Amino acid sequence: MKHIISIRDLDRPFIDELINHANHIASQHFNANSLSDKILALLFFEPSTRTRMSFEAAMARLGGTSISVGSIEASSISKGETLADTIRVVSGYADAIVLRHPKEGAARLASEFSSVPVINAGDGAGQHPSQTLLDLYTIQQSLPLDGIDVGMIGDLRYGRTAHSLTYALSLYRCRIHVISPKGLELPPALIGELRDRGTEVIEHEHVEDIIKELDVLYVTRIQRERFPDSASYFDVSSSYKVTTELLEGVRSHLIVLHPLPRVDEIDPEVDTLPYARYFEQSRNGVPVRMAMLQEVLK
Amino acid sequence: MIRSVPPPEGLLISPIKNGTVIDHITSGEALNVLKIIGITGTTTESVSVATNVSSGKTGKKDIVKIENRELRKEEMDRIALIAPHVSINIIREFKVFAKRGVERPKFLLGVVRCPNPGCITNAHEPISSRFEVLPNVLHCMYCDWLITTDITGHMI
Repeated sequence: MKHIISIRDLDRPFIDELINHANHIASQHFNANSLSDKILALLFFEPSTRTRMSFEAAMARLGGTSISVGSIEASSISKGETLADTIRVVSGYADAIVLRHPKEGAARLASEFSSVPVINAGDGAGQHPSQTLLDLYTIQQSLPLDGIDVGMIGDLRYGRTAHSLTYALSLYRCRIHVISPKGLELPPALIGELRDRGTEVIEHEHVEDIIKELDVLYVTRIQRERFPDSASYFDVSSSYKVTTELLEGVRSHLIVLHPLPRVDEIDPEVDTLPYARYFEQSRNGVPVRMAMLQEVLK
Repeated sequence: MIRSVPPPEGLLISPIKNGTVIDHITSGEALNVLKIIGITGTTTESVSVATNVSSGKTGKKDIVKIENRELRKEEMDRIALIAPHVSINIIREFKVFAKRGVERPKFLLGVVRCPNPGCITNAHEPISSRFEVLPNVLHCMYCDWLITTDITGHMI
Protein backbone atom coordinates (compact mmCIF):
# COMPACT_ATOMS: atom_id res chain seq x y z
CA MET A 1 0.00 0.00 0.00
CA LYS A 2 1.49 3.31 -1.09
CA HIS A 3 0.99 6.44 1.01
CA ILE A 4 2.27 9.89 0.01
CA ILE A 5 3.10 11.61 3.29
CA SER A 6 6.33 13.58 2.99
CA ILE A 7 8.61 14.60 0.16
CA ARG A 8 11.37 13.05 2.26
CA ASP A 9 9.91 9.62 1.56
CA LEU A 10 10.10 10.06 -2.20
CA ASP A 11 13.20 9.38 -4.23
CA ARG A 12 14.12 10.99 -7.50
CA PRO A 13 13.03 8.10 -9.77
CA PHE A 14 9.56 8.13 -8.18
CA ILE A 15 9.23 11.91 -8.57
CA ASP A 16 10.48 11.83 -12.18
CA GLU A 17 8.04 9.06 -13.05
CA LEU A 18 5.15 10.90 -11.42
CA ILE A 19 6.01 14.10 -13.33
CA ASN A 20 6.15 12.11 -16.60
CA HIS A 21 2.81 10.57 -15.78
CA ALA A 22 1.32 14.03 -15.10
CA ASN A 23 2.73 15.23 -18.45
CA HIS A 24 0.90 12.38 -20.21
CA ILE A 25 -2.30 13.20 -18.38
CA ALA A 26 -1.98 16.90 -19.27
CA SER A 27 -1.75 15.93 -22.94
CA GLN A 28 -5.07 14.07 -22.54
CA HIS A 29 -3.51 10.59 -22.45
CA PHE A 30 -5.55 9.07 -19.65
CA ASN A 31 -8.50 6.78 -19.09
CA ALA A 32 -11.39 8.90 -17.85
CA ASN A 33 -12.94 5.86 -16.15
CA SER A 34 -9.83 4.41 -14.56
CA LEU A 35 -11.07 5.14 -11.01
CA SER A 36 -14.80 4.72 -11.68
CA ASP A 37 -15.11 2.08 -8.97
CA LYS A 38 -13.14 4.08 -6.38
CA ILE A 39 -14.17 6.41 -3.56
CA LEU A 40 -11.89 9.11 -2.21
CA ALA A 41 -12.46 10.49 1.32
CA LEU A 42 -11.49 14.14 1.75
CA LEU A 43 -10.76 14.84 5.42
CA PHE A 44 -10.01 18.54 5.72
CA PHE A 45 -9.60 19.78 9.30
CA GLU A 46 -8.44 23.19 8.02
CA PRO A 47 -9.79 25.49 5.33
CA SER A 48 -8.58 24.89 1.79
CA THR A 49 -9.68 26.05 -1.64
CA ARG A 50 -7.11 25.00 -4.22
CA THR A 51 -5.93 21.73 -2.70
CA ARG A 52 -9.38 20.43 -1.88
CA MET A 53 -11.01 21.45 -5.14
CA SER A 54 -8.14 20.18 -7.28
CA PHE A 55 -8.22 16.77 -5.56
CA GLU A 56 -11.99 16.63 -6.14
CA ALA A 57 -11.51 17.69 -9.76
CA ALA A 58 -8.72 15.14 -10.23
CA MET A 59 -10.90 12.34 -8.86
CA ALA A 60 -13.85 13.41 -11.03
CA ARG A 61 -11.68 13.53 -14.17
CA LEU A 62 -10.72 9.89 -13.55
CA GLY A 63 -14.34 8.85 -13.08
CA GLY A 64 -14.13 8.41 -9.30
CA THR A 65 -16.32 9.65 -6.46
CA SER A 66 -15.34 11.91 -3.55
CA ILE A 67 -16.92 11.94 -0.11
CA SER A 68 -16.24 14.37 2.73
CA VAL A 69 -17.33 15.51 6.17
CA GLY A 70 -19.65 18.48 5.71
CA SER A 71 -18.24 20.38 8.64
CA ILE A 72 -15.82 19.35 11.34
CA GLU A 73 -17.98 21.07 13.99
CA ALA A 74 -20.92 18.79 13.17
CA SER A 75 -18.86 15.58 13.28
CA SER A 76 -17.59 13.20 15.98
CA ILE A 77 -14.27 15.00 15.83
CA SER A 78 -15.84 17.87 17.76
CA LYS A 79 -16.78 15.30 20.44
CA GLY A 80 -13.09 14.68 21.11
CA GLU A 81 -12.51 11.64 18.91
CA THR A 82 -8.82 11.03 18.25
CA LEU A 83 -7.52 11.36 14.72
CA ALA A 84 -6.43 7.73 14.94
CA ASP A 85 -10.04 6.59 15.51
CA THR A 86 -11.41 8.89 12.81
CA ILE A 87 -8.96 7.43 10.32
CA ARG A 88 -9.78 3.84 11.29
CA VAL A 89 -13.46 4.55 10.70
CA VAL A 90 -13.12 6.54 7.47
CA SER A 91 -10.73 4.03 5.92
CA GLY A 92 -13.64 1.58 6.08
CA TYR A 93 -15.73 3.86 3.84
CA ALA A 94 -13.26 4.79 1.09
CA ASP A 95 -10.43 3.47 -1.08
CA ALA A 96 -8.06 6.35 -0.26
CA ILE A 97 -7.95 9.31 2.12
CA VAL A 98 -6.71 12.83 1.46
CA LEU A 99 -5.97 14.53 4.79
CA ARG A 100 -5.31 18.12 5.79
CA HIS A 101 -4.77 18.67 9.50
CA PRO A 102 -3.35 21.47 11.70
CA LYS A 103 -0.90 19.17 13.54
CA GLU A 104 2.44 18.33 12.00
CA GLY A 105 2.88 14.61 11.50
CA ALA A 106 -0.90 14.00 11.40
CA ALA A 107 -0.66 12.35 7.98
CA ARG A 108 2.10 10.01 9.17
CA LEU A 109 -0.11 8.98 12.09
CA ALA A 110 -3.03 8.50 9.68
CA SER A 111 -0.96 6.20 7.48
CA GLU A 112 -0.27 3.99 10.51
CA PHE A 113 -3.96 3.60 11.39
CA SER A 114 -5.47 3.51 7.91
CA SER A 115 -6.26 0.38 5.94
CA VAL A 116 -6.25 2.41 2.69
CA PRO A 117 -3.65 4.76 1.13
CA VAL A 118 -3.30 8.23 2.68
CA ILE A 119 -2.21 11.36 0.81
CA ASN A 120 -1.02 14.28 2.92
CA ALA A 121 -2.67 17.50 1.77
CA GLY A 122 -0.80 19.64 4.30
CA ASP A 123 -0.15 19.08 8.01
CA GLY A 124 0.37 22.27 10.02
CA ALA A 125 3.65 23.93 9.14
CA GLY A 126 4.96 20.53 8.03
CA GLN A 127 4.74 18.78 4.70
CA HIS A 128 2.58 19.37 1.65
CA PRO A 129 3.96 16.91 -0.90
CA SER A 130 1.29 17.39 -3.59
CA GLN A 131 2.14 21.12 -3.66
CA THR A 132 5.84 20.33 -3.98
CA LEU A 133 5.20 17.86 -6.79
CA LEU A 134 3.17 20.40 -8.72
CA ASP A 135 5.87 23.03 -8.09
CA LEU A 136 8.49 20.70 -9.59
CA TYR A 137 6.12 19.84 -12.42
CA THR A 138 5.64 23.54 -13.23
CA ILE A 139 9.39 24.22 -13.20
CA GLN A 140 10.15 21.32 -15.55
CA GLN A 141 7.58 22.67 -18.05
CA SER A 142 10.01 25.55 -18.68
CA LEU A 143 13.44 24.44 -17.47
CA PRO A 144 15.46 21.32 -16.80
CA LEU A 145 15.28 20.71 -13.04
CA ASP A 146 18.97 19.90 -12.68
CA GLY A 147 21.44 22.48 -11.44
CA ILE A 148 19.24 25.58 -11.71
CA ASP A 149 19.32 28.66 -9.44
CA VAL A 150 16.14 28.91 -7.39
CA GLY A 151 15.39 31.96 -5.23
CA MET A 152 13.01 31.44 -2.30
CA ILE A 153 11.53 34.65 -0.90
CA GLY A 154 9.08 35.36 1.90
CA ASP A 155 8.22 33.49 5.08
CA LEU A 156 10.63 30.58 4.87
CA ARG A 157 10.36 29.71 8.55
CA TYR A 158 6.72 28.73 8.84
CA GLY A 159 5.89 28.20 5.16
CA ARG A 160 5.53 24.45 4.66
CA THR A 161 5.79 24.74 0.88
CA ALA A 162 9.25 26.30 1.20
CA HIS A 163 10.51 23.47 3.45
CA SER A 164 9.23 20.72 1.18
CA LEU A 165 10.41 22.39 -2.02
CA THR A 166 13.95 23.14 -0.83
CA TYR A 167 14.28 19.52 0.23
CA ALA A 168 13.01 18.27 -3.14
CA LEU A 169 15.34 20.64 -5.02
CA SER A 170 18.26 19.10 -3.18
CA LEU A 171 17.54 15.91 -5.16
CA TYR A 172 18.26 17.87 -8.33
CA ARG A 173 21.50 19.59 -7.24
CA CYS A 174 19.90 23.04 -7.54
CA ARG A 175 21.47 26.09 -5.93
CA ILE A 176 19.05 27.58 -3.43
CA HIS A 177 19.07 31.32 -2.69
CA VAL A 178 17.05 32.30 0.36
CA ILE A 179 15.78 35.82 0.99
CA SER A 180 13.55 36.42 4.02
CA PRO A 181 12.76 38.96 6.73
CA LYS A 182 14.58 38.66 10.05
CA GLY A 183 12.90 36.02 12.16
CA LEU A 184 11.30 34.29 9.17
CA GLU A 185 14.46 32.65 7.80
CA LEU A 186 14.64 29.02 6.71
CA PRO A 187 15.23 27.03 9.94
CA PRO A 188 18.99 26.66 10.57
CA ALA A 189 18.62 22.91 11.11
CA LEU A 190 17.07 22.57 7.64
CA ILE A 191 19.80 24.72 6.05
CA GLY A 192 22.39 22.51 7.77
CA GLU A 193 20.70 19.36 6.53
CA LEU A 194 20.50 20.66 2.95
CA ARG A 195 24.19 21.56 3.06
CA ASP A 196 25.03 18.13 4.47
CA ARG A 197 23.25 16.69 1.44
CA GLY A 198 25.61 18.69 -0.79
CA THR A 199 23.16 21.45 -1.71
CA GLU A 200 24.47 24.99 -1.97
CA VAL A 201 22.26 27.29 0.13
CA ILE A 202 23.09 30.99 -0.14
CA GLU A 203 21.46 33.57 2.12
CA HIS A 204 20.79 37.08 0.78
CA GLU A 205 19.54 40.18 2.51
CA HIS A 206 17.96 41.80 -0.55
CA VAL A 207 16.30 40.12 -3.52
CA GLU A 208 17.83 42.80 -5.79
CA ASP A 209 21.27 41.29 -5.05
CA ILE A 210 20.43 38.02 -6.77
CA ILE A 211 17.32 38.45 -8.94
CA LYS A 212 19.28 38.74 -12.22
CA GLU A 213 20.99 35.39 -11.64
CA LEU A 214 17.88 33.35 -10.91
CA ASP A 215 16.08 30.81 -13.09
CA VAL A 216 13.13 30.49 -10.70
CA LEU A 217 11.78 32.92 -8.11
CA TYR A 218 9.48 31.16 -5.64
CA VAL A 219 7.45 33.65 -3.62
CA THR A 220 5.59 32.76 -0.42
CA ARG A 221 3.12 34.74 1.61
CA ILE A 222 4.31 36.72 4.61
CA GLN A 223 1.63 36.13 7.20
CA ARG A 224 0.42 39.19 9.02
CA GLU A 225 -0.10 37.28 12.27
CA ARG A 226 3.66 36.73 12.57
CA PHE A 227 4.19 40.45 13.30
CA PRO A 228 3.44 42.36 16.51
CA ASP A 229 1.60 45.18 14.71
CA SER A 230 0.36 46.27 11.29
CA ALA A 231 3.11 48.88 10.81
CA SER A 232 5.94 46.38 11.11
CA TYR A 233 4.08 43.97 8.82
CA PHE A 234 3.68 46.63 6.10
CA ASP A 235 7.35 47.64 6.46
CA VAL A 236 8.50 44.11 5.81
CA SER A 237 5.92 43.12 3.21
CA SER A 238 6.62 46.19 1.07
CA SER A 239 10.34 45.38 0.98
CA TYR A 240 9.60 41.82 -0.19
CA LYS A 241 7.18 42.73 -2.95
CA VAL A 242 7.75 41.48 -6.49
CA THR A 243 7.09 44.32 -8.95
CA THR A 244 7.63 44.94 -12.66
CA GLU A 245 10.57 47.21 -11.73
CA LEU A 246 12.24 44.43 -9.76
CA LEU A 247 11.99 42.12 -12.77
CA GLU A 248 13.72 44.50 -15.19
CA GLY A 249 16.85 42.92 -16.64
CA VAL A 250 16.22 39.41 -15.27
CA ARG A 251 17.04 36.24 -17.23
CA SER A 252 14.59 35.91 -20.12
CA HIS A 253 13.57 32.40 -19.02
CA LEU A 254 12.96 33.35 -15.36
CA ILE A 255 9.72 31.96 -13.96
CA VAL A 256 7.94 33.41 -10.94
CA LEU A 257 5.96 30.91 -8.85
CA HIS A 258 3.70 31.30 -5.79
CA PRO A 259 1.66 28.57 -4.06
CA LEU A 260 -1.22 31.09 -3.66
CA PRO A 261 -3.21 32.67 -2.15
CA ARG A 262 -1.18 35.83 -2.52
CA VAL A 263 -1.90 39.00 -0.64
CA ASP A 264 0.58 41.78 -1.44
CA GLU A 265 3.69 39.79 -2.31
CA ILE A 266 3.29 40.07 -6.09
CA ASP A 267 2.04 43.24 -7.72
CA PRO A 268 -0.93 42.41 -10.01
CA GLU A 269 0.94 44.16 -12.85
CA VAL A 270 3.40 41.25 -12.83
CA ASP A 271 0.55 38.90 -13.84
CA THR A 272 0.79 40.00 -17.47
CA LEU A 273 4.57 39.47 -17.77
CA PRO A 274 5.86 36.24 -19.36
CA TYR A 275 7.65 35.38 -16.09
CA ALA A 276 4.39 34.94 -14.15
CA ARG A 277 3.50 31.24 -13.91
CA TYR A 278 1.60 31.05 -10.64
CA PHE A 279 -1.87 30.63 -12.13
CA GLU A 280 -0.56 27.96 -14.46
CA GLN A 281 1.10 26.40 -11.41
CA SER A 282 -2.26 26.32 -9.66
CA ARG A 283 -3.93 24.69 -12.71
CA ASN A 284 -1.18 22.08 -12.76
CA GLY A 285 -2.55 20.83 -9.45
CA VAL A 286 -5.14 18.78 -11.32
CA PRO A 287 -2.91 16.62 -13.61
CA VAL A 288 -0.35 16.18 -10.83
CA ARG A 289 -3.02 15.07 -8.34
CA MET A 290 -4.58 12.80 -10.97
CA ALA A 291 -1.17 11.13 -11.33
CA MET A 292 -0.91 10.83 -7.52
CA LEU A 293 -4.38 9.29 -7.20
CA GLN A 294 -3.65 6.78 -9.94
CA GLU A 295 -0.36 5.96 -8.24
CA VAL A 296 -1.86 5.19 -4.83
CA LEU A 297 -5.01 3.51 -6.16
CA LYS A 298 -3.43 1.33 -8.84
CA MET B 1 35.68 -14.55 30.45
CA ILE B 2 35.91 -13.34 34.04
CA ARG B 3 39.02 -11.37 34.92
CA SER B 4 40.13 -9.31 37.89
CA VAL B 5 39.69 -5.56 38.07
CA PRO B 6 43.06 -3.77 38.04
CA PRO B 7 44.17 -2.62 41.51
CA PRO B 8 42.56 0.65 42.61
CA GLU B 9 45.86 2.45 42.90
CA GLY B 10 45.58 6.10 41.81
CA LEU B 11 41.81 5.93 41.32
CA LEU B 12 39.75 8.81 42.66
CA ILE B 13 36.81 6.58 43.44
CA SER B 14 36.87 3.13 44.94
CA PRO B 15 35.88 -0.13 43.22
CA ILE B 16 32.34 -1.46 43.59
CA LYS B 17 31.30 -4.94 44.58
CA ASN B 18 28.30 -5.34 42.28
CA GLY B 19 26.88 -3.01 39.67
CA THR B 20 27.99 -1.10 36.58
CA VAL B 21 31.01 1.02 35.72
CA ILE B 22 30.54 3.35 32.78
CA ASP B 23 33.98 4.39 31.57
CA HIS B 24 35.26 6.70 28.80
CA ILE B 25 32.26 9.02 29.01
CA THR B 26 32.77 12.17 26.97
CA SER B 27 34.23 14.72 29.39
CA GLY B 28 31.47 16.74 31.08
CA GLU B 29 28.62 14.35 30.17
CA ALA B 30 28.59 12.21 33.35
CA LEU B 31 25.57 13.95 34.88
CA ASN B 32 23.66 13.68 31.62
CA VAL B 33 24.45 9.96 31.51
CA LEU B 34 22.90 9.62 34.98
CA LYS B 35 19.85 11.53 33.80
CA ILE B 36 19.48 9.27 30.76
CA ILE B 37 19.42 6.15 32.91
CA GLY B 38 16.98 7.73 35.31
CA ILE B 39 19.25 8.30 38.32
CA THR B 40 18.23 11.45 40.15
CA GLY B 41 18.58 12.84 43.65
CA THR B 42 15.56 10.81 44.76
CA THR B 43 16.72 7.37 43.60
CA THR B 44 18.40 5.00 46.03
CA GLU B 45 21.46 3.76 44.14
CA SER B 46 24.91 4.46 45.53
CA VAL B 47 26.65 6.34 42.74
CA SER B 48 30.21 7.62 42.30
CA VAL B 49 31.01 10.19 39.64
CA ALA B 50 34.43 11.33 38.48
CA THR B 51 34.72 14.07 35.91
CA ASN B 52 37.62 15.36 33.81
CA VAL B 53 39.83 12.42 34.70
CA SER B 54 43.02 12.08 32.60
CA SER B 55 42.66 9.50 29.87
CA GLY B 56 45.20 8.36 27.32
CA LYS B 57 42.40 7.60 24.88
CA THR B 58 40.59 10.94 24.72
CA GLY B 59 42.62 13.31 26.92
CA LYS B 60 39.86 13.80 29.51
CA LYS B 61 36.98 11.55 30.41
CA ASP B 62 34.23 11.04 32.97
CA ILE B 63 33.51 7.82 34.89
CA VAL B 64 30.31 6.72 36.63
CA LYS B 65 30.02 3.79 39.01
CA ILE B 66 26.61 2.56 40.09
CA GLU B 67 26.31 0.00 42.84
CA ASN B 68 23.80 -2.83 42.72
CA ARG B 69 22.42 -2.01 39.31
CA GLU B 70 23.20 -3.63 35.97
CA LEU B 71 22.19 -1.60 32.94
CA ARG B 72 19.82 -3.02 30.35
CA LYS B 73 20.74 -3.03 26.64
CA GLU B 74 18.33 -0.17 25.78
CA GLU B 75 19.76 1.96 28.61
CA MET B 76 23.27 1.40 27.25
CA ASP B 77 22.19 2.35 23.75
CA ARG B 78 20.59 5.56 25.01
CA ILE B 79 23.95 6.52 26.50
CA ALA B 80 25.49 6.18 23.04
CA LEU B 81 23.45 9.23 21.93
CA ILE B 82 25.63 11.57 24.00
CA ALA B 83 28.73 9.45 24.69
CA PRO B 84 29.37 7.12 21.76
CA HIS B 85 32.75 5.87 22.97
CA VAL B 86 31.81 4.65 26.44
CA SER B 87 32.67 1.19 27.66
CA ILE B 88 30.36 -0.44 30.15
CA ASN B 89 31.60 -2.97 32.67
CA ILE B 90 29.16 -5.12 34.57
CA ILE B 91 30.76 -5.91 37.93
CA ARG B 92 29.96 -8.93 40.06
CA GLU B 93 31.91 -9.65 43.28
CA PHE B 94 34.51 -6.97 42.42
CA LYS B 95 35.24 -8.64 39.07
CA VAL B 96 34.37 -7.57 35.55
CA PHE B 97 31.66 -10.03 34.62
CA ALA B 98 31.00 -8.49 31.19
CA LYS B 99 32.41 -5.62 29.19
CA ARG B 100 30.32 -3.96 26.51
CA GLY B 101 30.57 -1.12 24.06
CA VAL B 102 27.44 0.77 23.05
CA GLU B 103 25.66 1.05 19.75
CA ARG B 104 23.83 4.16 18.60
CA PRO B 105 20.26 2.96 18.06
CA LYS B 106 18.81 3.63 14.58
CA PHE B 107 15.44 4.66 16.02
CA LEU B 108 14.19 5.94 19.37
CA LEU B 109 10.64 4.96 20.28
CA GLY B 110 9.11 6.88 23.19
CA VAL B 111 12.52 8.04 24.44
CA VAL B 112 12.59 11.68 23.37
CA ARG B 113 9.74 14.20 23.48
CA CYS B 114 9.39 16.20 20.26
CA PRO B 115 10.13 19.86 21.06
CA ASN B 116 7.68 20.98 18.37
CA PRO B 117 4.45 21.93 20.19
CA GLY B 118 2.56 21.45 16.92
CA CYS B 119 3.73 17.85 16.51
CA ILE B 120 0.98 15.22 16.53
CA THR B 121 2.99 13.20 19.09
CA ASN B 122 2.26 15.99 21.61
CA ALA B 123 -1.48 15.74 20.97
CA HIS B 124 -3.93 13.33 22.61
CA GLU B 125 -3.31 10.41 20.26
CA PRO B 126 -2.45 6.74 20.92
CA ILE B 127 1.15 6.96 19.66
CA SER B 128 4.67 7.34 21.09
CA SER B 129 7.30 9.71 19.78
CA ARG B 130 9.57 8.20 17.13
CA PHE B 131 12.95 9.63 16.17
CA GLU B 132 15.43 8.51 13.57
CA VAL B 133 19.04 8.78 14.80
CA LEU B 134 21.16 10.52 12.12
CA PRO B 135 24.89 11.37 12.43
CA ASN B 136 24.48 14.80 14.06
CA VAL B 137 20.76 15.10 14.67
CA LEU B 138 17.62 13.33 15.79
CA HIS B 139 14.85 13.49 13.20
CA CYS B 140 11.19 13.33 14.35
CA MET B 141 9.59 10.79 12.07
CA TYR B 142 6.20 12.45 12.45
CA CYS B 143 6.81 16.19 12.00
CA ASP B 144 10.39 16.18 10.57
CA TRP B 145 11.63 18.39 13.44
CA LEU B 146 15.39 18.11 13.91
CA ILE B 147 16.98 18.06 17.38
CA THR B 148 20.59 19.20 17.08
CA THR B 149 21.42 20.20 20.66
CA ASP B 150 20.56 19.22 24.23
CA ILE B 151 19.31 15.73 23.45
CA THR B 152 19.25 14.89 27.16
CA GLY B 153 16.94 17.84 27.85
CA HIS B 154 14.34 16.33 25.52
CA MET B 155 14.36 12.85 26.99
CA ILE B 156 11.09 11.64 28.48
